[in-house]
Amino acid sequence: MSKAVLVDITKCVGCGSCGVACKMWNNLEYRKESPMLGKDSKLDAENWTNIKLVETETGAEKQSVWRFVKNQCLHCEEPACVSACFSKALQKTKSGPVVYHTNLCVGCRYCMLACPFDIPKYEWGKVIPRIRKCQMCPGRIKEGNSPACTEVCPTNALTFGEHKDLLKQARATINNNNKKYVQHIFGEKEAGGTAWLYISDVPFKELGFRTDVTTQAVPYYTESIMHLTPAVGLTWGALLTGMYVYNRRRNTIANEENDNKKGK
Amino acid sequence: MAAKNWSFRMTPTRAVLMALAAIGGALMVYRLVVGLGPTTNLSDEWPWGMWIGFDVLTGVALAGGGYSTCLLVNIMGIKKFAPIARAALLTSLIGYLLVMVGLFLDIGRWFNFWRPFVSWGHTSILFEVFWCVSLYTTVQLLEFGEIATEKVGKRWHNIFKKILPVLLIVGVLLPTLHQSSLGSLYVIEVGKLYPLWWSLLLPIFFLMSSFFVGPAMVSLESLLSSRATGHKPEYNVLQSLIKIAGYMMLVYLVLKIGDLFYRGAAGLVFAGNLEGNMFLLEMIAGIIIPLIICFTPKLRNSKAGLATFSVLVVAGVIINRMNVVFTGMSDYIGGSYFPSAIEWLVSIGLVAMGVLGYLFIVENFNIVPKEHHEVHEETDAVRHTA
Repeated sequence: MSKAVLVDITKCVGCGSCGVACKMWNNLEYRKESPMLGKDSKLDAENWTNIKLVETETGAEKQSVWRFVKNQCLHCEEPACVSACFSKALQKTKSGPVVYHTNLCVGCRYCMLACPFDIPKYEWGKVIPRIRKCQMCPGRIKEGNSPACTEVCPTNALTFGEHKDLLKQARATINNNNKKYVQHIFGEKEAGGTAWLYISDVPFKELGFRTDVTTQAVPYYTESIMHLTPAVGLTWGALLTGMYVYNRRRNTIANEENDNKKGK
Repeated sequence: MAAKNWSFRMTPTRAVLMALAAIGGALMVYRLVVGLGPTTNLSDEWPWGMWIGFDVLTGVALAGGGYSTCLLVNIMGIKKFAPIARAALLTSLIGYLLVMVGLFLDIGRWFNFWRPFVSWGHTSILFEVFWCVSLYTTVQLLEFGEIATEKVGKRWHNIFKKILPVLLIVGVLLPTLHQSSLGSLYVIEVGKLYPLWWSLLLPIFFLMSSFFVGPAMVSLESLLSSRATGHKPEYNVLQSLIKIAGYMMLVYLVLKIGDLFYRGAAGLVFAGNLEGNMFLLEMIAGIIIPLIICFTPKLRNSKAGLATFSVLVVAGVIINRMNVVFTGMSDYIGGSYFPSAIEWLVSIGLVAMGVLGYLFIVENFNIVPKEHHEVHEETDAVRHTA
C-alpha cells in the first residue's frame, strides 16, 4: 500500500517542470528572490521542491558535468517530525505521505529541529504562520493519481509506484549498469528508510546529500526515553511518598519522645 | 500583619526595573501583533533562538532551586534547610511563570497553545515538557496558596494546608521528569548536535545540573536580596546546601568524562576549536573551580567563596544550555544567529518583571523567617530616614 517515488539523477535535465507543477497544484507563490531552479535555489515556505544545479566531475577522465538534484520532503517511513510533534499536526498516512494539519499546529517549530533532512520550513513573514513542506499530493494519490511533480516529468527521472517495487527496480538499475551507477540507493536505509528513493552516477555526498545521517529511525532514540517515563515516574513517585511518610512519622515519634521527657 | 496592608518601596533600582519591564511588556504585545519574522532574527536555519534557549531551557534549569530544596526540606525532612524553603519556592514559581510567558511568545500559532491538551502527540518529548511544565506551574501556584492565604483569603488556609503533602510530592516528581526531558529534546538532534554535547545521557545531565544549580541559585538570591533588603542570609544553611550541590557536581563531572571516553569524543575537548573551547569553559568555570571552592572549607565558609561558587555554577549552567542550543548546533547548521534588539529587550523585561514580583511578594508575605524580617525592617527604616 505504501507509495514511493524513485528519482534517477542521471535522467534529470533540469527543465524545472516538476517545480512548476508543484507550485500550480499547491497554489504556491513564485518569488524572484528565491528561485526554485538553479545553483542558488533552496527550499522555503513557497518552494516545496527545488531543483539544484550541481557542477561536478565524473568518470575516470574526470569529465566536468552538471547534475540536477530535486529536493523535497523525503516522507520517512518513521518520520522524526511526526514523532516530535506534540499536537499531532504532522501525521504519516498509510499510503506514504507525511501530511501537515494547520488547525492542530501550535507553531513550536520542533519538527524543523527534529527533521534529519531539514525539510520543514516556516512562514516567517506572517503573523499567524504555518509549517510548509511537500505533502506528496495526498489528494492526488487518494484518487489513484501520482504526485503533480512526477506526473509532468518529461524524461522519466521521476517514477511513482509501490515502495517495494521501486526498491526492486532501483536495485536492478544499479546492478545492470554497475559501471554507471553508484552502488547505493539513497533513502533505502537513511533515517530508517524514506518514501523517496534516489539513484545516481555521482557520489551522493558531492550532490549535497546528507550521507552521514543515521540509518536508525530517528524516533527510536527519543521514544525509547519516552517509554521509560511512566515507569520512572511511578517508581520515583512511590519513593518520594515513602520518604515523606517515613520522615513525618519519625518526626512525630521524636516529638512524642520529647513531650514524654518534658512530662517526666 | 493586618490584611490589605500592602507595601512596595520605591528605589532607583526598582524604577529602572519597572522601566525595563514596561518596555519588555510593550514589545511582547508588538510581537504578538506583527509575528516572529519582523521581531526576531530567527530563520529556517535557526528556528529556535534566545527565547527558547535562554528564557525556557535556561529559565527552567535556574528555577530548579524550588524542587531540590523542597526535596531536601519537605520530603527528606532535613529541617535545617527549612528557613530558605519558601524563598526557593517563590523564585521557582516566578521562574516558571516567566518560562510560560517566554514559551507563549515563541510559539507561532499562540492561540493554539492548548492543543496538546487534547491532541495527544504523546511520542514527543515536547509533549512531556508541555504537560509537566503546565502542571508543575499549577502545583506551585497551589503551594504558594498556602503562603498567600496567611494574608489574603484566610478562610481557605486550612484547605491548602491539608492538600500540601500531595502538592509537595507531585511538586518534586514533575520537575524530575521534565528537567530531564529538556535534555531529551536534543537527543533527536542525532548527528546534528556536536558530539561534545550530544549523548543519550543528555536527560541525566540536564536533570543533575538543574539539581545542583538549585543551591547556587538560592545562595545567589539570598546574597542579592540581603543587599537589597538588608536581611542577613543564613550562611550556615547555605554552606551545607552547596556541599550537597558539590557532591552532585562531582558525580556529574565523573559521568561526563566517562561518557566522553565511552563515545570516543574525548579527543574533541582539546581540539582548540570553538566547540572545544566553549566546552572547556563550561566545565572548568562552571564545574571544576566551583568544586575546588566547595571542598576547601576555608573558601566555602567565606562570604566571597560562597558568592563566587554560586555565580560560577549559575554561569556554568547558562553556558551549558547555550552551548547545546547554539554552539553545538552552529557547525551543522552553518550561518549565524544573534538575537535581535527586541529579543534581548523582551528577555530582559521578563527578568525585570520576575525580580519586581519577587521583591513585592517578599515584602508582603511571610517568605523569609520572621525574626530576621522584623530586624531588617527596622534597619531599613533607619537607613531610609538617614
